[in-house]
Amino acid sequence: MLDRGHFFKWYMGIFLVFLYAPAILLPVFAFNDSSVVSFPLKGFTTKWFAVLQTTDSLHVAVRNSLMIAVTTAIFSTLFGVLAARASTRFSFPGRRSIMGFIMLPMVLPEIIIGVSLLVVIIQMGFELSLWSIILGHILICTPFCIAILSSAFMNLDQSLEEASFDLGQTRWNTFWLVILPLVMPGIVASLLIAFTISLDEFIIAFFLAGTEPTLPVYIWGQLRFPQKLPSLMALGTILLVLSISLLLIADYFRRRGVRRTGIENSGGFL
Amino acid sequence: MTQPIIQLKGFDKFFGDFAALSQVDLDIKTGEFFSLLGPSGCGKTTLLRSIAGFETPSAGSLYIDGKTMEGVPANKRPTNMVFQSYAIFPHMSVAENVAYGLKARRLPKAEITTRVAEAIAMVGLEGFGDRASHALSGGQRQRVALARALVLKPRVLLLDEPLSALDKKLREQMQSELRRLQRAVGITFVLVTHDQEEALTMSDRIAVMFDGKIAQVATPQALYGQPCSRRVANFIGMMNFLDAKILSTSGDTVEVELQSLGKLALPLSQATGGIEGCNFAGVRPEMLTILTGSQTAEREIEVVVSEVFYYGDMTYYDVKLPFKDEPITITMRNTAGRAVLAVGENARVGWSASSLLLLR
Repeated sequence: MLDRGHFFKWYMGIFLVFLYAPAILLPVFAFNDSSVVSFPLKGFTTKWFAVLQTTDSLHVAVRNSLMIAVTTAIFSTLFGVLAARASTRFSFPGRRSIMGFIMLPMVLPEIIIGVSLLVVIIQMGFELSLWSIILGHILICTPFCIAILSSAFMNLDQSLEEASFDLGQTRWNTFWLVILPLVMPGIVASLLIAFTISLDEFIIAFFLAGTEPTLPVYIWGQLRFPQKLPSLMALGTILLVLSISLLLIADYFRRRGVRRTGIENSGGFL
Repeated sequence: MTQPIIQLKGFDKFFGDFAALSQVDLDIKTGEFFSLLGPSGCGKTTLLRSIAGFETPSAGSLYIDGKTMEGVPANKRPTNMVFQSYAIFPHMSVAENVAYGLKARRLPKAEITTRVAEAIAMVGLEGFGDRASHALSGGQRQRVALARALVLKPRVLLLDEPLSALDKKLREQMQSELRRLQRAVGITFVLVTHDQEEALTMSDRIAVMFDGKIAQVATPQALYGQPCSRRVANFIGMMNFLDAKILSTSGDTVEVELQSLGKLALPLSQATGGIEGCNFAGVRPEMLTILTGSQTAEREIEVVVSEVFYYGDMTYYDVKLPFKDEPITITMRNTAGRAVLAVGENARVGWSASSLLLLR
């Protein structure tokens, strides 16, 4: 009979295996010298990474994805800053319902957003392009940015702004000298979240891609060819390492921000 | 007389239907230490924030140094504020905080450096200039906030409950230090506080506020000695109240009938808020004496001790008077040879007509 302590240890162990085993398989097969993805392993090779280097269509997809993700991150964070500032600092009629509607895309199925944007863009006579994907991504990323930034703005003591104004500074400079530095950790977190969401978003990108695929759309297309699978594993490994590094960098900046402002360290990714 | 530094005329402030300030008329003299005192929600902070420019009046006018402040934003007013939370910029060092306002005025670098150093020294923070401001204690933050405001040499320094976040010992130390600073710089200080002791010990003059109105403006002694109403008397220190009935007034004398003490003629000047509508007589606990042995007084009354609170240097007695349900309080200094009475003991209390006030 297991006591409670043992039960929770086992539960935690199994949970972590489920969570990380598939991700660990990626690098294992990425370095496996066989075009069939199965055990037993054949031998060590880096040739799948070399294949990636020479696949031009992949490079195009990566460039597209990066361009979309960076643009989306910047725009949704910008909108997020405006909305978060307005909702925490000012009170205006209908504030709650407006904020509710802005946050709604967070729970709306992406397939609905994809289809309806497709219909609207076609009906308005626009060509599908990277910009149509960016539009869709901003739509789904902005609510996440607002959620992150609202808490950053909420934690800001309002008397700091008043103090700056009282000391003779203009409202515009107060924003740059006091507010922005103090919400910077929130802005960095918002940029990273939007970037990450956009980078691996598939459904909207699939509907609105036109002739220029993003990375997830490209990967999905390649899955039809079994011989491409090992190189996709290599690609996955690169993405895994990149996203973990990104997360570590983001948390480093967040911790530094927390230390500098002396706010109680709570939450965070790691 | 010189022109008052701050003048409010018929000043109103509404938040929706709620009148935070109504018909406030107030003159604050140049160079004085002025306190706005009142319970929370009385409008004192709203008044301070209106002077600073963070609230715009619903009606009435405000003059600082004889100039109207209508349409003048907070960053253009000759006032600076020390906030209740101190509002120290957490991402800047002590020196950067103090230099903030000087930089906003685009002064030359050399002048900023010297003035910052002076201000930091003035509040006793020498050597702390490079400290990160989030690593400071409450008392040090307070000093940074003071230096940051005073370095700009404002005409008026506004202080919003600056001592409420400090512990008792530090608070007392900062009280005398604020007073010293104010005398040294000669700037008009306007302090908001709900602590009557703080207001009495620090201020040249005090405005007592209730429900958005100013009840009385006076020096600490006048406020304590001649409060204008029962409410003010009750807020500033302790006071015992007896029911009073005005029988007649003739010339400078008023004939009253007091609960427990009987009929009495008092000079009209002891109705400190005017005789109209007076229905209470007030007496401070230290104006009453518990008589021992052969001691006698101008007037005496027999009481029964109902509660004893021993404070070491002082003893507070609750005693019961004849014909009055609520006990009254008497404070006695525990001088040599004076015995502390026990609950239930009978005692004689000495009082004098001159220590009575007639209030409404």
